[in-house]
Amino acid sequence: MHFDAGVGHIGGNLSCLDALMVLHHEFIGADDRFILSKGHSAGALYATLWSLGRLSDEQLKTFTRDDSVLGVHPPVSGIQDIRFATGSLGHGLSLAAGTAKALQLTGKPGRAFCLTSDGEWQEGSTYEALVFAIHHRLANLTILIDHNRLQGFGSTGEVASMDPLAQRFSGFDVDIAVVDGHDPEAIREALSVTDRLRIVVLDTHKGHGVSFMQDRMEWHYLPIDDAQYRQAVAEIESR
Amino acid sequence: MVFLTGDLGFMALEPLQAAMAQRFINAGVAEQNMVSVAAAMAREGLEPWVYSIAPFCYARPFEQIRNDVAFHNLRVRLIGNGGGYGYGVQGPTHHAVEDYGVLLTLPNMRALVPVFDQDVPDVVTRAGETTGPVYLRLGRGEPPAGYAPPSYAPWRQLTAGGGAVVVGVGPLVGTYIEPFAALPEETRPNLWAACELPLGANPPPAALLDQIAKSRRLLVVEEHVARGGAGAELALMALQQGWPVEDFRHLCASGRIHPTYGSQAFLRLQSGLDPASMLEAAGPQTGKGRG
Repeated sequence: MHFDAGVGHIGGNLSCLDALMVLHHEFIGADDRFILSKGHSAGALYATLWSLGRLSDEQLKTFTRDDSVLGVHPPVSGIQDIRFATGSLGHGLSLAAGTAKALQLTGKPGRAFCLTSDGEWQEGSTYEALVFAIHHRLANLTILIDHNRLQGFGSTGEVASMDPLAQRFSGFDVDIAVVDGHDPEAIREALSVTDRLRIVVLDTHKGHGVSFMQDRMEWHYLPIDDAQYRQAVAEIESR
Repeated sequence: MVFLTGDLGFMALEPLQAAMAQRFINAGVAEQNMVSVAAAMAREGLEPWVYSIAPFCYARPFEQIRNDVAFHNLRVRLIGNGGGYGYGVQGPTHHAVEDYGVLLTLPNMRALVPVFDQDVPDVVTRAGETTGPVYLRLGRGEPPAGYAPPSYAPWRQLTAGGGAVVVGVGPLVGTYIEPFAALPEETRPNLWAACELPLGANPPPAALLDQIAKSRRLLVVEEHVARGGAGAELALMALQQGWPVEDFRHLCASGRIHPTYGSQAFLRLQSGLDPASMLEAAGPQTGKGRG
């Protein structure tokens, strides 16, 4: 998709793809809601929805083309599984908390899941949302954090002393799990806890699975050229 | 229905809090989160009303209003108390003289501005009927003593005569009724209150346009800066529709950060919004130049 479209954000898509696949294939049911707060990983979400048959081959081929609903960031409308257009960081957790609160107020079943980036926790609004979620005891909310340690212009440690991230939450009254974000069994186990508000810190690698991308900051933004694409496909297919 | 406040409403909202119980949420000093939470609630089919004082209602969470509410055309009602210079001596951080102008740049957004206290139930009803986002700019009504306001309508004529057409927004309009009524009928301005913005969604009535055709004078007054205000919208409308306006004036908030503090009346005076300035602009003795 990204190769055909000539767009970037590949690294952050690959770091969260494993978690999105486990979450959507094994946990999200008809009553549940998902908010992709790190909107720049919309490509990984589209691929996940495609793997579930929620998006067609033809739809996926329109990614970032003129007049397509599949943009680099999630669209306002046009895809039933996408509830909000995200892309500006620091919105999604509030949207997920509001969704969970609405389900709580109306006595409806279902759980809200929200995937944030790690750099996104530099946005003050994310803490506003966490305080709200804890205060309202939103036991129907799971927060996943793609902790790949690389943001747009540096590492989360260099930019904001936010590595390891889980320590930032130690003063909050919230259940925290730290798991290998590329191990389906570990992700599965962490997401199986649904009786409380839970933060699942996914230890991940930007550009996971592609040697020349992995843990390299430039793959936050760079598009992929023809030779790189062929090498990346070969590496992934040989795994 | 859910009511969210950003930790404001002490000595005012307690009865509402008691009546709404768990549907009354003090979202704390966290306006960005409050607006996104409201957006999500609206997306789930609830009817959220969001309350704060005017500047904290729209300026701090502007991106949340833009991305999460307006882009998705969600039924979130934003209630901003003390619009314009309503919080006088609290200072410029508490003033909201660019609120509806800023908000009306967003898709799907409407703004409702009552003039009199009696308008509020009707305005709340209008907001409740709105299918998308809406902003209520509230203020304290300032009618003359003993004045019985006409029933609420998007456009209302409050004084009539043979003078200029004056279109005003908000409680400020009430301060001109008495001085205009004291003028001789042949020169008395036709004072109109416009309560629903953008004006293009509720165009001026034919009677107002007839009065412009006769007087050829149009004056717009609002406790809002020039950019984005009703004056700019009416001027554009006049040009696009060829209204025969020969003398157009706009009395508005200067937007200047005053070096000294003062009451709402003091701040209006600094911007030339006081009744004396209005009489000078709209009265019979002027009309020579364009303001």
